[in-house]
Amino acid sequence: MSDFVINDVRKGFYLDSVALMRMSRLVAGMADVTEAAMMMGTPANLAIMSDAGLLAEAGAAAGGGDLIIGVRATTNEAAEAALAEANAQLQQPTAGGGENHAWQPRTLQTALKTMPDANLALISVPGDFAVAEARKAIRLGLNAMIFSDNVSVAEELQLKLEARELGRLVMGPDCGTSIIGGIPLAFANVVPRGEIGIVGASGTGIQEISCLIGQYGGGISHAIGVGGRDLNSEVGGISTLMALQALEADAMTSRIVLVSKPPPKHVAEKVLKHLAASKKPTIVCFIGADQMTMPANTTQVFSLKAAARAALNMAADDRVEPSAPIKASADRPNIRGLFSGGTLCAEAQIVLHSSALAVQSNAPVPGVTRAGETCSSHLMLDLGDDQYTRGKPHPMIEPTVRDDAIAAALADDKVGVILIDVVIGYGAHADPAGHLVEFLQKHRRANGPEIIASVTGTDGDPQNRSAQVRKLMSAAVHVAPTNADAAHWALSAIQP
Amino acid sequence: MNDEESNGLLNRPVKVINIGLKGFSEELDRQGVDVTQMDWSPPAGGNLKFADLLSRLHASMAVGIDQANAEALRRMLAADPVLVDVIPASEAIPGLRDKMILHAGPPIDWDRMCGPMRGAVTGIAVFEGWAADLDSAATMAANGAFEFHPNHKFDAVGPMTGMTTVGQPLMVVENRTTGNRSYCTINEGLGKVMRFGGNDDEVLQRLRWLRDNFGPALGRALRHGEGVPLKALVARGLTMGDEMHQRNVACSSLTLRALAPALAETATDNAALAKALAFIGGNDQFFLNIAMAMGKAIMDPVRDIESSSVVTAMSRNGTDFGIRVSGTGDRWFTAPVEMPEGMYFPGYSEADANPDMGDSTIVETIGLGGFAMGASPAVAGFVGAGTASEAGKITRTMSQITVGENPEWTIPSMDYLGTATGIDVRLVVETGLAPLINTGIAHKEPGIGQVGAGVVRAPIACFEEALEALAESVGVA
Repeated sequence: MSDFVINDVRKGFYLDSVALMRMSRLVAGMADVTEAAMMMGTPANLAIMSDAGLLAEAGAAAGGGDLIIGVRATTNEAAEAALAEANAQLQQPTAGGGENHAWQPRTLQTALKTMPDANLALISVPGDFAVAEARKAIRLGLNAMIFSDNVSVAEELQLKLEARELGRLVMGPDCGTSIIGGIPLAFANVVPRGEIGIVGASGTGIQEISCLIGQYGGGISHAIGVGGRDLNSEVGGISTLMALQALEADAMTSRIVLVSKPPPKHVAEKVLKHLAASKKPTIVCFIGADQMTMPANTTQVFSLKAAARAALNMAADDRVEPSAPIKASADRPNIRGLFSGGTLCAEAQIVLHSSALAVQSNAPVPGVTRAGETCSSHLMLDLGDDQYTRGKPHPMIEPTVRDDAIAAALADDKVGVILIDVVIGYGAHADPAGHLVEFLQKHRRANGPEIIASVTGTDGDPQNRSAQVRKLMSAAVHVAPTNADAAHWALSAIQP
Repeated sequence: MNDEESNGLLNRPVKVINIGLKGFSEELDRQGVDVTQMDWSPPAGGNLKFADLLSRLHASMAVGIDQANAEALRRMLAADPVLVDVIPASEAIPGLRDKMILHAGPPIDWDRMCGPMRGAVTGIAVFEGWAADLDSAATMAANGAFEFHPNHKFDAVGPMTGMTTVGQPLMVVENRTTGNRSYCTINEGLGKVMRFGGNDDEVLQRLRWLRDNFGPALGRALRHGEGVPLKALVARGLTMGDEMHQRNVACSSLTLRALAPALAETATDNAALAKALAFIGGNDQFFLNIAMAMGKAIMDPVRDIESSSVVTAMSRNGTDFGIRVSGTGDRWFTAPVEMPEGMYFPGYSEADANPDMGDSTIVETIGLGGFAMGASPAVAGFVGAGTASEAGKITRTMSQITVGENPEWTIPSMDYLGTATGIDVRLVVETGLAPLINTGIAHKEPGIGQVGAGVVRAPIACFEEALEALAESVGVA
C-alpha cells in the first residue's frame, strides 16, 4: 500500500525553522501520519523534503520565501487532517502575543535607528541568508555573531576578510557560544565574571571550560566563539587572531584560554607565532593534538578540564573518584558515548584513546578510527554532528533526538557503560536531565549498562546544575564532576 | 583600550540586534540586556539572485550609493516650494503644441489606454476645439491625430487621467532653493470630472470656467502677494489630519485662508469672487493638485544624481505603473498597474473599478500620502487600509524603505516622527515592502467618474528592474 503525500504552500509566509520543527513534530505524531515537515522552500529544504518522500507537485514549485507543509500518511483522511492541523498550528498566535504584535523593524538600518548604540548582531536565520545579513551588519559598524550553519567556507572567508578590514569581529558561522561582558549569548552559561578570557572554535568547549573555571572559583572576562572552521586552512584563523588581540587589549582579561580542534600545521604556527608576542599568558587546548613546541608564556594542555585548571594556575590533575566503585558486568566490555556536545565527545575519545583502548567515532580525533556501519568496540558518537541534525533540532535543544541512540545502547548486550553529557544553560532544553531520567525509567532493564554522566553548566543557569545532578542521581545515574572525569570513570568501570 | 582594538564590543555594554530566533532575544531581555528583535524574512522574498545583488550593493562597496542618497535626501529637505502663479499652459510649457496631450503615468498610446483615459482624451480634444464631438475625437485619436506624452516629460503632473493641454490654466509651484518650476492643472472638485474620465458638457463647461474665470483670478491673487509658501502649510496640515493624497481638507482650508485677502483685493466683481471662494471652500481636494506640483518641484532637482537609488517619480496611466530613479535618470521602469483595494461609494463595487491611475503618487514619492498615514488615522479607515489605530504602523513600515525622515513634516501622535522620505529601491526590493499609495478609484467606463477610494501597492517588479539597471550603472552586475 502506498502512502498519501499532500503539500500545501503558504506564499511569503516566513517562520523560523525551530518553530516549524516543533510544529512538524506535533503533526508527525498524529494517527496514521507517516511523516510530516513544515519548511521554507529553499533549494536545500526541497532536497530534504524530496528525500523524505514529502514533496508533491505544489511543494516542488515553491520558492525560498514560501512555507511548504508536506505530509505523508497511510490514508487520505489522515493526510488531510494533518494538513488541517498544520495550518491551525500556523494560525495559532504565539505565547505572549500582545508583545509580539508590537512593531518590529524589518531591516537592519531601521533596527539601528531604534538602537543607534547597538554593537552586536546575533544572526540565526537560515544559512542561505546568514552571510548577507552579517555583511550588512559589519558594514553598518556592528560586530556579528552567526549562530547559523550551512554557510560555505568560501563565503565565510570572504566575510571575515572584509570584517578584518573594517575592524569588526565575526563570531561564527556555526558559533553556538559566546559570553561578552558577562552576557551569555545563544548557548552559554551564567558564569561569574573574572579575569580569564576564552577564545574558542568550539561551543561546548567554551561551555565546559567556562563552567569549570566558575566551579573552581574563577571567572570569565569574555568568551569569544569564532566558529568551528575558523582555524581551518581556508580561513586561517582570521577571527581567532582578532579575538586574541581584543582580549590582549582588554583591561579585565589577565589570562587567555584558546580551545579548538587541532588546526593544520601552518595555521597552528601562525597562531603560536602571534601568542609568542602576547604579553598575557595563554593556555592552548588543541583538543586531540600531539605535544607541540610552545612559545614562552604559553602552555599546552590536552583536555578541557586541564585548560580550566591551568587558567587558574591549579595543579594539572585532581582525578575525582566515584563515591563507590562502578563496575560494569564482565560480559559487557564496551563503552558507548552518546554526546550532544562535539568537543565533549572529543575529550572523552582522548581519555579513552590515551589508555590504548580501541575507540571509534563518527567525529574521530586524531588516532581514533572513523566509525563504520558496524562497531564492536568503544563507540563515541557526536549526536550534534550534521549527519544527525539535518532537518532536526540539535540534541541540546531537543533531548528526544538522543532517545533512539540511548535505546539502542541499552539493548546492546556488549555495552557495559553508557557515557553521556548533559549540557544546560541559555539556549539549551529546559530540563534535559528530567527527560533523560524519564526515558531511562521506561527503558532501562536490570543488569543493563551502567550510566555515567556529567553536567556542563552552573547553578546560575536557568536549569540549575545542582538540581539537574540530583535528578540524575535519583535515577541511579553516576554523575562525575567533569566530562573528563566521567570518561575516566567509564574507563575504570570496564577494567577487570 | 580604544574602540579600535576591541571592535567596540568588549569595552561597552552589549547591545544586541537579534536577527532570527526569537528565543535568543527573549532570553537576553530576561537578563536585562538591551535587545532589538527584527521582524526578519528572507530578503527579496527569498529570491537569491536579488538577495545577492542587494548584499553586494550594500554599504562599503556602495558607499557611492549611500552618499548619493544622502545628497538626494538633502536636496529634498532643502526644497522651498512656493505656489506662485496660475498661467496658461502655452506659456508655462513652451514645448506644448496644438493637438499634443500630456497624460498621467509613463508613456502610453491610444491603443493601450484604459477607458477613463480614453474618455478624458476625447473630452479634452473637444474642449480644445480639435474635434467637434467625442466620437470624432476618438476616431482622430485612433488615427494618430494626437501626440501623447507623459506630464513628467514637461515638468508637469496631473491627477488620475492627468490631461494637460495647451489651452488649460496651470498652477505654478516654484522651488525657491533651486529655481525650478512645476505645473499642475486646477482641481475640478468631486463628482463627474475629467480627471476620472468624465467628458460631458458639465465637465467641459467647468473647464472653460476654470480657464476663463477662476484660473486668471487665482493667478492675479498669487501675483499680488509673495505667493503661498507650501512647506510650512503642509506641516500644519499634517498636524490637522491631512496626508495630502486622500485627505486635503485642512490644507485646502489653510490655502483658502491664505488666498482670500488677495483674491478679494484683486477681484473686479463680487459675484465672481464669491463663486471663486465657494469653489475652493467647497472642494476638500482643492489642495491635492497643489501638493502634486509641489511634489514635482521638490523631486525634479533630485533627478540625475549618479548612483542614487532614490525614487524620483512614481506614476501610473491606468495600464502601467512606472517609476524613475535618480541614478538612472529619466528612464521609466514599468510593470502592470494593480487594482486598488478599498471602499466603494454605494451602488458601486470592485467590478466597476478601473486599475490605479494618476501622477498623484508624486505625493508618496515625497513622503506624504500613504507614507504619512500616521498623521491621518481617518484616512486609514476610509481607504480600507486598516483601523485608525493601525495608521501609525503604516508610516513606521514605510519608513523602512526610505532614506530618512523629514524633520519639518512631523506627526504629533507619533511623538513627532518625521514623515518617511526618499524611497530607496534597494530597501523596497530587500524588504518586499512595496510603497503604499492612497488613491481614488475611477469607474472603468469613460465618463462616469470616481466610484471609491482605497489603497494600492506599487508593483515590486518596477523596483526590481530599476535595481538591476542601477547595479549595472554602478558596475555591480
